[in-house]
Amino acid sequence: MSDLKAPIAVRCTPELVYNYAAGRYGSLFLQGLKEGRILASRCRRCARTLVPPRLACTGCFGAMEDAVELEPRGELLAFTLVAFPFLDPFTGIQRPIPYCYGMVRFAGADNTFQYFLSEKDPAKLRVGQPVRAVFRAAAERVGEMADLLYFEPGIGG
Amino acid sequence: MGERVAIIGAGQTPHRSRRLDVSAPELIDEAVQAALADAGLEPDGIDAIVVGNMEHFEGIHLSDLWAVEGTGGVGKPHLKIATGGTTGSSLAQAAYYLVAGGMFPTVLAVGWERLSDSEGETTTGIVTAFDPIYERPTLAGAVSGLAVMACQYQARTGVRAEEAALVVVQARENAARNPHAHLSKAVTVPEVLASPLLSSPLRYLDMCPTSDGACAVVFTSRPGARRAAWVRGVASRHNHTLLGDVAEGAHDYINTLEQAAADAYGQAGIRDPRREFDVVEMYEPCTWAALEWAESLGLAPRGHAAALWADGTARRDGDLPINPSGGVLCANPIGATGLVRVAEASAQVRAAAGPLQVDGVRTALVTGFGGSFWSEVMILGSEA
Ligand SMILES: [Zn+2]
Repeated sequence: MSDLKAPIAVRCTPELVYNYAAGRYGSLFLQGLKEGRILASRCRRCARTLVPPRLACTGCFGAMEDAVELEPRGELLAFTLVAFPFLDPFTGIQRPIPYCYGMVRFAGADNTFQYFLSEKDPAKLRVGQPVRAVFRAAAERVGEMADLLYFEPGIGG
Repeated sequence: MGERVAIIGAGQTPHRSRRLDVSAPELIDEAVQAALADAGLEPDGIDAIVVGNMEHFEGIHLSDLWAVEGTGGVGKPHLKIATGGTTGSSLAQAAYYLVAGGMFPTVLAVGWERLSDSEGETTTGIVTAFDPIYERPTLAGAVSGLAVMACQYQARTGVRAEEAALVVVQARENAARNPHAHLSKAVTVPEVLASPLLSSPLRYLDMCPTSDGACAVVFTSRPGARRAAWVRGVASRHNHTLLGDVAEGAHDYINTLEQAAADAYGQAGIRDPRREFDVVEMYEPCTWAALEWAESLGLAPRGHAAALWADGTARRDGDLPINPSGGVLCANPIGATGLVRVAEASAQVRAAAGPLQVDGVRTALVTGFGGSFWSEVMILGSEA
């Protein structure tokens, strides 16, 4: 066996750019955010209502052709405070921590929506808590997810 | 059911935080040579190969092209499978189907991963697996996805962090006997509770590590006189794209596991899983998952799985040993992790588990977890 002084690793640091198509339903949803509205889709077959809207029903695989607007409020079904550092694939640098996000069921929806929470102390959050969606100021909205700032504690279910 | 299928050999590398001493194909070769030796086969005894890892962790696409120097697959049917955390259990299922279908007498399943190649940024890789528009902005990989599940489980059951911590205390005890394990140092409940918060309620010691490692398992319809672990049940259930759809089930986060278990139990004639299994090799990426999923598998009543670890039932000398290998909490080379569960369980059934051997194993339960909480189950038995 030949003598190996030390194993070697070769470093590779590519910069890769992608543009993801939001599609018909995703574009409608992002357009809705720009207008300060939460759009869902409703199944013609089983009446299931989903946010974000999409082509096919998650319950029966039926077509979801009808976009419906929901009130920007719901119920917090689960949450977490993210406290560990990692590289954000959107930016290539560390995502700012800590931050809280949760699973919110919009009033009138069957599924939940995963998004940021304003509260940064999980001890002040509870499963079942009412929350409401907070948008950027109208003049600053551009039709992207970040137009929706976060959910904050709300009143009533 | 087609051909009866037996596992006649398995091999693993030591799983470590970094295997800088070997390249990817050299790492794979270690596991493949060990599996061939265990099965008493030469390379020409393998008719087809299924191989898998998760490409985004190494940034190597067409990873089967890379892997073939290690699998010995040149000139043979050679299929790649990548299903996230379930990659290893999907490899086992695919190998089973190829043999059971009568297409190939003997198939080698090979899973591998080098999580150190991306400098520990496993979370970044996992985030890129999820919807780029709706869920990547918030998701912090498997850690936060599992944290959300643990939050729901905690709210539903009232189980406390110190009860969940017992899972990793036992896992480390078991791993101390396992030369392949990545983490085998003893930990205590206070150490788990004092470890850094990753994503509430998950702390550092609640979560599996990231490892470099590989595993290979030989499936055959012609075991001859070799010691065999027979495949008696196989089931897989996929889940939704969005975690927001997965999380809508308020009572049971991972109903895909319940569904897959019901299917596999039916195939194997299992009616009372708590009594009929002699050992379980469960894919438990975190302590809380072990609790909830033991309930999904019917091993404990809803909300009461913590008792399996608290009262010693799950210990290697208990009534229902769970992960005598130390499990995923002690070694996690992701593309191999699910196949390691199959390798460990088959060794138990074949009475070939060495220092990890549990007495009198006739029936073993294996699970896989991956992606947006989808599930796979395999049941192995000492008789066809
Ligand atoms: Zn429907």
